[in-house]
This record gives sequence, C-alpha cells and structure tokens, in this order.
Amino acid sequence: MNVETKPKTQPKTAVKTGADILIDSLIEQKVDTIFGYPGGAVLPIYDALYRSDGDFEHILTRHEQGAIHAAEGYARVSGRPGVVLATSGPGATNLITGIADAMMDSLPLVIITGQVATSVTGTDAFQEADVMGITTPITKHNYQVQSSYDIPRIIKEAFHIASTGRPGPVVVDIPKDISANPCLKVDESDFHLPGYQPTIKPNPLQIKKLTEALKKSKKPLILTGAGVIHGKASDLLLDIVEAYELPVTSTLLGLGAFPGDHKLFLGMAGMHGTYTSNMAISECDLLINIGARFDDRLTGNLEHFATNATVAHIDIDPAEIGKNVTTHIPIVSDSRAALEELKKQVNEKPDHGAWMAQLKENKASYPLWYNNPSEDMIPQWLIKSLHDATNGDAIVTTDVGQHQMWTAQYYAFAQPNKWVTSGGLGTMGFGFPAAIGAQLAAPEEPVVAVVGDGGFQMTLQELSVLQERGLPVKIIIVNNGALGMVRQWQEAFYDKRYSESIVSVQPDFVKLAESYNIRGMKFETQKQFNDSIKEIMDYNGPVLLDCRVLQQENVYPMVPPGKGIHEMIGVKP
Amino acid sequence: MKRIITAVVQNRSGVLNRVTGLMQKRQFNIESISVGRTETEGISKMTFVVHVDDHQKLEQLTKQLNKQIDVLKVTDLSDKAIVARELALIKVVSNAQLRNEIQGIIEPFRASIIDVSKDSLAIQVTGKPDKIEALIELLRPYGIKDIARTGLTAFARGHQPQVTEFTSYSILK
Repeated sequence: MNVETKPKTQPKTAVKTGADILIDSLIEQKVDTIFGYPGGAVLPIYDALYRSDGDFEHILTRHEQGAIHAAEGYARVSGRPGVVLATSGPGATNLITGIADAMMDSLPLVIITGQVATSVTGTDAFQEADVMGITTPITKHNYQVQSSYDIPRIIKEAFHIASTGRPGPVVVDIPKDISANPCLKVDESDFHLPGYQPTIKPNPLQIKKLTEALKKSKKPLILTGAGVIHGKASDLLLDIVEAYELPVTSTLLGLGAFPGDHKLFLGMAGMHGTYTSNMAISECDLLINIGARFDDRLTGNLEHFATNATVAHIDIDPAEIGKNVTTHIPIVSDSRAALEELKKQVNEKPDHGAWMAQLKENKASYPLWYNNPSEDMIPQWLIKSLHDATNGDAIVTTDVGQHQMWTAQYYAFAQPNKWVTSGGLGTMGFGFPAAIGAQLAAPEEPVVAVVGDGGFQMTLQELSVLQERGLPVKIIIVNNGALGMVRQWQEAFYDKRYSESIVSVQPDFVKLAESYNIRGMKFETQKQFNDSIKEIMDYNGPVLLDCRVLQQENVYPMVPPGKGIHEMIGVKP
Repeated sequence: MKRIITAVVQNRSGVLNRVTGLMQKRQFNIESISVGRTETEGISKMTFVVHVDDHQKLEQLTKQLNKQIDVLKVTDLSDKAIVARELALIKVVSNAQLRNEIQGIIEPFRASIIDVSKDSLAIQVTGKPDKIEALIELLRPYGIKDIARTGLTAFARGHQPQVTEFTSYSILK
C-alpha cells in the first residue's frame, strides 16, 4: 500500500510556530541540505519542513549516525556547515560519535536536536536525555532554546560559531513545545558574541621572527595540517614553497593541502608516515607547522620530536600553540592571512642545498614499499591502481584502520578538499555515510568510499540512501576478513593472539548491494580490477566492489607505540 | 603550584558545567570555586583556586578557558597585588558556660556569633583562607558540628606596585 506523500492542499497556518521560525532561519543561512531522522520531539519541525515545500533537501538516513557522518562529509567537501536534525533522547545520543568526530577534526556542523517539552524537562520523561550535559565536552558550543523568540538569533550564532575561527560542531536543543507553539515575536537582532573574537590576522612581528629564522635556517621543513585546507591557503602555500624551495611534509588530515605528487613533497609524517618525512622532522633546524595540532600519532614520543628545531606554529586556535610541543615562534592566525604576510616579508631563499640533496637522496632510497609477488589483490596495489584509474582526482573517504593508512600512503592527493577521513577520533563506520554527504556536496565529482569490511558493517544500512537518491558513490571494500589494524597490532605486540579480530562470517556483499538494487561486484585478482575499474568509475550510478585482499598484509613503515618517530620499523622490505 | 584565576562569564545556564568540565577533562585539581554576579547585568565572575603542575599546564588552562564562547575574560591573579577573601560559617558545640570563652577566641579574628542555641553557636568569619584555617583549628577542640565555606573570591588591587623584580604579592604561597 502506498501512502501519498503530499496532500493536495497544504494546511495554511496563519501564525508561525517556533518550528516555522527555525525553518525560515535555516533558509536565511542558505542551507541546501539537511541530514536527519524524524521522531516524536521533532515532529513539529518535520511538519514545518513539509509545509515549507522544497526550500532545501532533507536526506533521510537510516540511522542518526549515518546522518551526522554524512553531514561531516558534506562539510568537509563544501566548506559550509553540515546540518543535522534528530529527535530527543535516542535520536540525539545516536549523534554523539559524529559530534565528537567533528570536534576532533574541526568540522563545522550545526546539529538541531528535539527535546521533551519544557513542562516535563528534568522528570526523566519519555525519550528525554540531557543533551546539553552530554554534548558539552564534545561541542564548540551548545544551546538549549528557552523561547522561540530567540530562535533566529541562536541559529545565526550557531552558524557563525560553527564556521568561523577553528570550525567545530554546535548543538541547538529545542524543546517540543517551543517548536510547536505559535510564535508572535522574534529577536531580529544580529548575533552578539562578545566572548568570541577569533584572531584572524597574524602579529607581523611574529612573522618577522619567522622570516628571520627562515633566512638563517640550513634545514627548514614545512608541516601542513588541515588548517591549511580550512584556511583555503593551498595555492599560496604552493607559491611560497616553490619560490623558496622548501620541503613539505603533512599530517594525515593535511593531505591534499600540498600536491601529493610534487617533487618537494616528502609524504605523510607520523606513525605510518614515510621514512623521509619522519627523519626530516627529527633532523630539521626549523619546523614550520601550519594548522596542525601536533597529535600524538604524528609526533610519536615527544622526547624525540624535532629536538633540533626551532618550532614555528601557525594556528587559529591559540590553545593549540604550545599544547604538546614547545613553540618558539607562536603565530595565532588564519593560515591564509599568515601566509599572505609571510609572502610579503620573505625575500631571501634559505641556504639549504645540502639539506635538499639529503632529502632527495632519502626519498629515492627509502620509498614506500610492498611485496607484489602474485596476481592476488594486494591492498597497497589496490589503492595505487585506484589512484591511477581516477587520475588522483576523486574525492576519497575512509574509515579508520589499515585501509585508511594505505589510502593516505598511496593515493597521492593532488588537491585540497578531496580527502575525507576520520583522523582525530578514528571512527569506524565514518567512511561510507561521509561519502554520501561528499557526493551531495559535489554532485559532479567522482566519490569513492574506501572502507574496511569491519567499518562498512557499522553503517551499511545507508545503502538505502544510495538507492533512494541514485548517488553514484563507488564503494570499495578492502576486504581482508579481519579488523586489520587490530590484527596487525595483535601480531606485532600481542604475540599473534588474534582475540576477536578475525571476522570469518560475513554477508555476501554483492548480494547485499543487489538487494538494494545497487550494482555489486567481487574482485579477487589484480586482473579483474584492472579490467573493470575504468568502466565502473564511468558508470553513472552506485557500485559496490568487494575486493578480497590478502589478510596478512601489514601497514609499513611504522613507529611502534612509545617510540620516537626516528625509530621506524619496516622501512625496507 | 596554587593559582588564583578569575573568569568573567555570561550568566547562562550550562556555563559552569562547561568550565568545570574542561578542567575535569584536562585533570586540573580545583580547590575552590566561587561564583557571583558582577556590576554588569547578565555578567558573572568565577574565582578558581587550582593546582597546576607547571607553567605550560597553566597556560593551557587559561587558553582553554578563554576559548569558551561564554567566557569574556580570564585573569591569573596569582602574581598580582590582590584582595582575596573567603567567608566561613562554623557551628561549634557550646553551652552557656563556654560562650564567653569562645567569644574571647574569635574576637581577635574579627569573627562574630550569628546564631546561638542551647548547645551550639554559629560563627561567621571572613578573611584570607589561612586565617579561616587558624580559627577552625582553635575551635576544633570544642567540637565542630558543621562548616560551610564559600571558597575564595578575589580581584586585583586598584594600585599595582611598580617593581623591577617582581615579587609575589599572592596571599597564597
């Protein structure tokens, strides 16, 4: 039986409700897509959405976690806040993983949650959860709306806070009676945030210190973080780097900020970074960190991190400077503004020929490696071949784990905003829904979700959205029948006691895709992949590829936990 | 080291939760917090006494506080000339015979008796925390039934002495 989705006549309401005001406010913020899931406490908002008749698109995911990861993917690719709508209680708590993920990776999100009516708040009412209390530690800011009068101002503030300074998630919790009841008067004033004035422009004196350090430096090194991408500073960075011939390394989230195939690029640094990058950090005399937060997966044991270097740190968040690594030249600024000022001031190339030669030599002698003895599918080969087939041009999303590290290592991202991964929180189940959001943000671009068989099974119900919307996302399951990174650590550090990391029972992924009317294929050899991948990438619809790779393959090189980044293992075969 | 830090905040629900939550997450040991309204409507001031290990952790604390949207200004008063006070209410076991004796003890502290019952006295005292500690110690032998302390509240003196070598005028060590 079919239910008619739109009645012939729309109910007309003479007076606007809080929910109508909310929808108007979202339209004013030029929201074009909302990811959400309805429920009791947001029914007034969904009803207002129904009446508003197509001012923006609502994407019904099949789980709130799917909605928020999709919004993260959308935000990452579009650079605009991803908007999420969920009901009170379980709806809101299902968002928690994604909120924490967005907080760690500085992604702008505005999350609207329903709340039980104010008359029963605090009574453990049906579907009540303390959303303010739960989300306080994992949001940039949060609001509980006390009156519909405040809605327009709060929504303006929420979007402003989420998308400026260091971006982050903002939660707006709206009790049901406030969204349901008529609202006669609203606060038309602009936002007023005296406690929130992010520093955008750098202190020129600090930049001067940096240019002087650069002038003197024999072994300079630039470290790019996601802040370069958030600040839209990639082109400027490339200019400066080429003009002064500076070597560049990157964090995981900074990949794509600088072209991955450039001759001055040393590869990613950190736990699974290249030998060249990690040795460059260990030996450099000037480390210029642009928009990275010196995460422990990057630094390894801090005692051994950049011990010879003058550290300059450009970050829009002052609290990040000096947090983990002692900083000699602190520069609080938007990355673009800082680089503009640097470009103005710098006029002399550092004298560093020997350093460049040494790095070049390291790059040639210690490349990333893998054994490719057979026709079997090798995961590293798979990513490299995907890169070749897509010309390095696709938007690629991943979960966390081995497939993520291989993608970071072998898919040389040439441009910013093409790499969508869960860095800080390391969230399984992120990659596939994030690809949905990415595709909605960039409908014309190829989007590939590279996922593990473990992570995919955490959010695969979102295949419904692919089917419903016909989004041409290509899903590549790097299927090793294991929780690969867990298995690798158990092999290396737990005497091969593979406790619960080998996943022998799996669904037939091809049939699973077909049950959603999505094309599914299984690849077991390199030849199968080579024969079909071009056609698949050109195919205008979603495809799921179950790529069976060798289970025992490990991610190398690696900095063992607790070691300094100069103490890598698996540098050579 | 012990520090006295004040934060001027917007008076909104959830602000205290946000501030103490970030201290908990970053493992700062809070000795006391006092909060009250300021001269400006809608603006409150919090005074914290916290233990931090070193200057780097202290810098993190003030930066993280500053980062909160509802926090308008953070000041570390520890190295300034300040006025700092705490209020304590102390209920002591007493009877008609002891009353004068206790009165004699509290007088030098400029404390006052604010409630009398058949078997107890309530004493109010304000001052620096070590003065309050001293009085409590003197009253302890009589039997203390209840203590309520507000925690320290403080601000900088109107005139900051100009010194080349900065000596600590903190009332805490």
